[in-house]
Amino acid sequence: MYDFIINFSYLVSSVLFIFGLKGLTHPRTAVRGNLLGACGMLLAVVVTLTDRHIVSYEYIILGMVVGGAIGAVLAMRIEMTSMPEMVALLNGFGGAASIFVAGAALIEGSSLTDSPILQLTVATAASGLIGAVTFWGSLVAFGKLKGLISENAILFSGQQGINSILALLVLGLSIGVVLNPESFSLYWLLVGVASVLGILLVLPIGGADMPVVVALLNSYSGLAAAATGFVLSNNVLIITGSLVGASGIILTHIMCKAMNRSLTNVLFGVLGPSGEGGQTADEVYGGKVKSASPEEVALLFDAARRVVIVPGYGMAVSQAQHPVASLAALLESRGTTVEYGIHPVAGRMPGHMNVLMAEADVPYDALKDMDEINQTIDQVDVVLVIGANDVVNPLARTDPSSPIAGMPIIDVDKAKTVVVIKRSLSPGFAGIPNPLFALDNSLMLFGDGKKMVLDMVAALKDS
Amino acid sequence: MEMFLMSFTVFVLAIFVGFEVITKIPPTLHTPLMSGSNAISGITLVGAIVSTGTELWVTTVLGFLSVVLATINVIGGFMVTNRMLAMFKKKT
Repeated sequence: MYDFIINFSYLVSSVLFIFGLKGLTHPRTAVRGNLLGACGMLLAVVVTLTDRHIVSYEYIILGMVVGGAIGAVLAMRIEMTSMPEMVALLNGFGGAASIFVAGAALIEGSSLTDSPILQLTVATAASGLIGAVTFWGSLVAFGKLKGLISENAILFSGQQGINSILALLVLGLSIGVVLNPESFSLYWLLVGVASVLGILLVLPIGGADMPVVVALLNSYSGLAAAATGFVLSNNVLIITGSLVGASGIILTHIMCKAMNRSLTNVLFGVLGPSGEGGQTADEVYGGKVKSASPEEVALLFDAARRVVIVPGYGMAVSQAQHPVASLAALLESRGTTVEYGIHPVAGRMPGHMNVLMAEADVPYDALKDMDEINQTIDQVDVVLVIGANDVVNPLARTDPSSPIAGMPIIDVDKAKTVVVIKRSLSPGFAGIPNPLFALDNSLMLFGDGKKMVLDMVAALKDS
Repeated sequence: MEMFLMSFTVFVLAIFVGFEVITKIPPTLHTPLMSGSNAISGITLVGAIVSTGTELWVTTVLGFLSVVLATINVIGGFMVTNRMLAMFKKKT
């Protein structure tokens, strides 16, 4: 009867998690969805605290207080621009928690769980392996996002060879753990080698690919939890882990598609065609780039009936979200329609740009995704590109030898006028010139994003 | 073996449910989706709690570490997701 109540509560928790995720299908229901998920977690934790294996509570409570305090401070303090770092850290913590739980279960052996010994050992090896790769991989991703480790792809000769040897070693050690479950040192050796593998797997991945990596590690953290579920024969862990694993895989796929990169290319640090034979910056820009002043652009906005703003991460770097939002509000108050065209990889993780704009009080229904905005972009009077480069580079459509060939872009070059705010003509992550800047219908506004937008707002108010 | 097959069935079916639900989530909410999934993957806390409460000191230490880490995920994940979602407003 006791087991029945516990397992039934876990089922209710799982259902609450699924309803919680379902809530995220619309911004209107999302807050409630998140609360449902939290209720599911509370229920699962409360029933677990009644488990008959527990003989003392002090360390459980201490751990929850410490973890809860750290989590709460992180959640309240974190800047929205740093969300990728926070998610990377949380992915890593999820992985590490799985390592320790599986390690403890191995020691307790069958006294703690009803799992058959083979399932216990195989799942323990999987938890340790996936958990360690997730934890160390996430720490490297965190370091890269934070700028502590070079954002560039770190490649050295023999890298693939070393990784293959490590992978074989990990496989061998996993088999060792399965065959000798009483030898705990083998498990920790496995965790150690998998840790090195995790570090080496993420080091060669370049800054532009970080959204893919964060999404992939998100998936791994779910799989680690699922593996721990197999260790403990606990369905709520298995279900939740699979949900998170599926979510991470879907996001990884979306990000890869948005950059027209295959997952293998991202993982092994392979770049697209080198772009050799492509035109140099001088050939593309020479004498054709027109620069404008904020006042001139304000006049353009004054006459425009439909405006689309295309923000990139550069906008967030110069903290221009709020000025951009007030520019949009000002234009709207004059009867201009303003929408935002958000490229899937505009930020540094899936959906990042949407959160940054939402923080600046931009209503979510003004944020349009790439495909939606592209359908009508030829009817737009003025497109304002701020802090974006590669995601609006028409070479992706026109030059099959370009490193970004085939990458879906926002077709801003098809609008009547394009205004690009940028500090200089320097290239983006792809390292190639952008012919958009030299088009007849393009105007460059050279300068800091925030200052330029504020100048335009001032000029519009004066007119 | 039968026990494993039961667990594996649950695993496979849950992945299908995950795919069905998550493909319907719009790109606007993908960041809250990731932080929210961080929160629910903190469910490892359930296993961590039991390990911590047992008599062996080794498992208590391992359990304690995982309780801390998993609780950071749960509390940090749900709170930051809530903070983000509260920013999404409709046009007025």
